[in-house]
Amino acid sequence: MNPIIDIQNLDVAYGDNVVLESIDLQVQAGEFLAVIGPNGSGKTTLMRTILGLVDPLRGQVYVFGQQPGALGALRSRIGYVPQLMTVNFQFPVRVSDVVLMGRYGKLGLFHRPGRTDREATRRALEQVGMAELANRQIGQLSGGQRQRVIVARALVSNPDLLILDEPTTGTDAESTESLYELLHRLNDEEHLTIVLVSHDVGIVAQHVDIVACLNRRLVAHGRPAEILNSETLSCMYGDEAMLFGHGAIPHMIVERR
Amino acid sequence: MEILGYTFMQRALLASTVIGVVCAVIGVYVVLRGLSFIGAGIAHASFGGVALGVALNLNPLLTAVVFCVATALGIGTVSRRGHVSEDTAIGVFFASTMALGILIIGLQQGYNVDLFGYLFGSVLAVTTEDLVISLILALIVIGTVALLFKEFLFISFDPEMAEVVGLPVTPLYYLLLTLVAVTVVLSIRVVGIILVSALIVTPAAAAQQLTDDFVQMMILSVAIGVGASLGGLFLSYWLNIASGATMVLLATAIFFASVGFRRLRGASI
Repeated sequence: MNPIIDIQNLDVAYGDNVVLESIDLQVQAGEFLAVIGPNGSGKTTLMRTILGLVDPLRGQVYVFGQQPGALGALRSRIGYVPQLMTVNFQFPVRVSDVVLMGRYGKLGLFHRPGRTDREATRRALEQVGMAELANRQIGQLSGGQRQRVIVARALVSNPDLLILDEPTTGTDAESTESLYELLHRLNDEEHLTIVLVSHDVGIVAQHVDIVACLNRRLVAHGRPAEILNSETLSCMYGDEAMLFGHGAIPHMIVERR
Repeated sequence: MEILGYTFMQRALLASTVIGVVCAVIGVYVVLRGLSFIGAGIAHASFGGVALGVALNLNPLLTAVVFCVATALGIGTVSRRGHVSEDTAIGVFFASTMALGILIIGLQQGYNVDLFGYLFGSVLAVTTEDLVISLILALIVIGTVALLFKEFLFISFDPEMAEVVGLPVTPLYYLLLTLVAVTVVLSIRVVGIILVSALIVTPAAAAQQLTDDFVQMMILSVAIGVGASLGGLFLSYWLNIASGATMVLLATAIFFASVGFRRLRGASI
């Protein structure tokens, strides 16, 4: 079976500044992958390249067998959850309006949302447990609730691939747990392929099947227990990084200087 | 109300209502997308277009449309392609197009066009031809917004996500800038080049204080825009003061009242 995401020998640069180098990465259908790495390691850029928001300098990227720029109608098979801080929560819209926007690509230009779209909106809000706040203005929501709204917006087009960029930044521990619970359910029951980006090694290692460690290059790629060793971590975070086992869960300490 | 019997007053009423509506609708996007400065830049560029029309002996509104749309797209392109911020691009175009207008006017020998009317507006001097042009442009703007309502909402709220779901974000953005340019031109006969951006921004900004719902904001913005332009028209007629300035000051008064109202309600919305 062809991989959902197929990245071959990818380089990406902003001007002269190379942010990703020689990346080879495949994501299979049904996989739950976390891309981890320190700030500035190119994680977000990798996601933006997969989404077609950034063009590769060299190499090939295929999503559902197509280059991201040529996805056309296949775009609605991708759900994207951007970093929370990129969304303007002062904008005068309600929760259901925001979620409905996730359908606009499927709808096409000029077409107005109909009953199917509103039904999908209601279902997506139920999936994330926000149905009762559908008419709330988005500025009135807490961090965790805001997060769930933009997850619902990504789910409303019934995607096959879900991409999340730092989905737990700015949310409390309880919201983080319930988000991962939701992602596992989507992954298990609906066979959604999930790729998420995080700088939090500890949380990610507890929850995902496969981890890709990124620091401009792909440092390691595999099951958390196999690859999250001190060698990998020092490649990413420098020699101050230490890893110790605590039951089955790896923890990491980065010594402050 | 015998003044309503005069043809010039009927034209003025119709023209004021039209710009009240169109400026208020476009203003919502301008305010929410943070395009206030680009609106002011395009407005000043229209001076170059008006001067060109005078020099070529064409209707200045028609040359101004072409000139303003070209300037809007120029600002958009330079700031997206080059290593120039949008803010800087506006600053460069703003002054240069106005300078071009001054140069063209200076080359005209003994011009007798009411340039003051274009700069500061003179609603009572609106001709039937001006009115027809304004109405056609207004229909184009309102029609486009009606057709692309959901798209303009999405690119104003979250342009990156709009691109991810597959909307043609860059063409839509240029189209929005074009609509701002057209709105500016159809308004300059009434409020003038100098003041038009205020009539675009202020009603929408006032409406933003009063609601957190997008559709409500647009309806309120139109109500405030039409109220300010018609109220300004009558006030200026009765008090014999400048009409464009009266409209803008009335809109500003409504804006401050709205800010006060929001504060009184405890900023809970």
